[in-house]
Amino acid sequence: MLWYWKHVGMRRIVEFVLLTIFAIFFAGPLVNLLVLAFSEKWNYPDVLPQVWGFKWWEFVLAKDDIVSSISLSFLIATLVTILSIVVCIPAAYAFARIQFPLKKIFLFSFLLTNAFPKMGLYVSIAVLFYKIGLMNTLLGVVLIHMINVLMFMTWIPTAAFRSIHRAQEESARDVGASPFKVFRSVTLPMAMPGIVVASIFTFLNSLDEAQGTFLVGIPDYKTMPIVMYSIISDFPSSAGAVFSIILTLPTIILLVAAQRLVSADVLASGFQMK
Amino acid sequence: MQLSIRELAKRYKTGDGVSGINIEIEKGELVTLLGPSGCGKTTVLRSIGGFLEPDSGDILIEGQSVIQLPPEKRPTSMVFQSYNLWSHMSVYDNLAFGLKIRKMPKAEIRAAVDEALKLVRLSGFEKKYPAELSGGQQQRVALARSLLLKPAVLLLDEPFSALDAKLRHEMREELREIQMKTGLTMVFVTHDQEEALSLSDRIIVMNHGRIEQIAKPQEIYDAPASLYVASFIGKMNFLEGVAEEGSVRIGKLRLPNDKDLRGRITAAVRPEDVQLGEQIVGENILPGKIKQVMILGHYAEVTVELAEFGIIRAFQSKEVVQHMQSGQDVGVCISKAAGFPVDEAKAI
Repeated sequence: MLWYWKHVGMRRIVEFVLLTIFAIFFAGPLVNLLVLAFSEKWNYPDVLPQVWGFKWWEFVLAKDDIVSSISLSFLIATLVTILSIVVCIPAAYAFARIQFPLKKIFLFSFLLTNAFPKMGLYVSIAVLFYKIGLMNTLLGVVLIHMINVLMFMTWIPTAAFRSIHRAQEESARDVGASPFKVFRSVTLPMAMPGIVVASIFTFLNSLDEAQGTFLVGIPDYKTMPIVMYSIISDFPSSAGAVFSIILTLPTIILLVAAQRLVSADVLASGFQMK
Repeated sequence: MQLSIRELAKRYKTGDGVSGINIEIEKGELVTLLGPSGCGKTTVLRSIGGFLEPDSGDILIEGQSVIQLPPEKRPTSMVFQSYNLWSHMSVYDNLAFGLKIRKMPKAEIRAAVDEALKLVRLSGFEKKYPAELSGGQQQRVALARSLLLKPAVLLLDEPFSALDAKLRHEMREELREIQMKTGLTMVFVTHDQEEALSLSDRIIVMNHGRIEQIAKPQEIYDAPASLYVASFIGKMNFLEGVAEEGSVRIGKLRLPNDKDLRGRITAAVRPEDVQLGEQIVGENILPGKIKQVMILGHYAEVTVELAEFGIIRAFQSKEVVQHMQSGQDVGVCISKAAGFPVDEAKAI
């Protein structure tokens, strides 16, 4: 055995140990969650459940407000994504390409919504929403979600637009493309990876948002996370586990899809500020 | 005239810019804009392409003023220094983009792309993406993309400066060949004098936003119009002298006064116009001491410290320098020099 360790080398051993620790920390809770979701009876000393089954899946999926909350969550996330693309992509293009005074300060101001404690921000917004009648409306919930993602949705596409060299746009003008055609055929497709990444972030963020929705959307707009809070407090943990898997599923699907579209370095380069 | 530039001027906020630019280029000519960085050569080129709006002046292509037209409406095409290709499109799509905009039928586009790729010796690369190509190949694709549009004037903005020396040399020859085959009019911007001398029909030397000289490469080398051109192109010695009626005097040396100058002058002398001999005293000989002999392959560069005029460099054949060594006394003769008034030297 000793010859084997010598052959592998100290460095490799340390790497292996670190990886194992990381895997346990990272995957452990997920495995526990999966087991919990498919267990009907699981008492303390045993490592695995005594009875496996789909009882809690049936329970969760049978509840009407849960099914409707899933479709509501997806509707809201889709709306939020589309609206923030419409609002933020032109802004990102302007930040990347057009010179205007106080540009840096404007760009930096998008950080502000993420710099304060969220609850304080939401409460002051809620006061405003009361005045203009946006409490307990779909629009109100969508707006609250958009506030969260403004920063991602502007910063990442700005970096993407910036990474496109001006000569690439100029050479398109040069071979005869109008400014609009250049944007459609050269600039936008080249910035697409960054825009896709930002949109996925936005979608997932909206799917996950609970605090703001709780404040603005109650009682009519109960999204998945809101329903989940009540389930976790009212039912055994298995119901919560089933629900978190339902919540996690779109995240995993979207991230896998994103990875096929976009390589990891592009994902990371979205966060480079120039 | 294929391209006429008249009294072009552009001033930037920084104070740099160009002014008084007048250039006439004939059909089928390859003209180089040569100068150090910041001399305004790229400003002139980008004005022709329509990427820069000059403050005043006019640009005519085939007799038509294009100064009001945006880049996409001008009959020019530009090859940029780098970042030329669209990374999300294949080589074929990169080349076909401009033709599709012109609504050319598909079969004709295919034929034109094939022909252009053949011209730059990249046949069979249609399906590759820019990231899969080397720097030289990318630049050849960019060249092909411009060539197949058959522009009235092809503009090249230091297209080979990002490539290594050997490849640059190859590309230069290839470009010259393509130019012969297609008969295109080309304006080439570079800061590399060797590139300019080897490539061009005519060279436009620029400095501080102004044109110093427009002439054939040999003429630029042999008869520089200003002290600046003399110092920028090739190696040059500068000696102080006095101009009189009929002759220019540098110590005991007498040279013809072609330009009929008067007073103190600076004489520019090419190292190949300097001869070294064993005779130290005499008419038309400057005495000096050899400082260094450097053998550079088929010739040698000899540095001589002149008694009154400082350092002078001479190119000598290997045979001549065989017995020379540093510290030895030599006599220096000069067969040819170009004189310039001293004031001009201060202006540089």
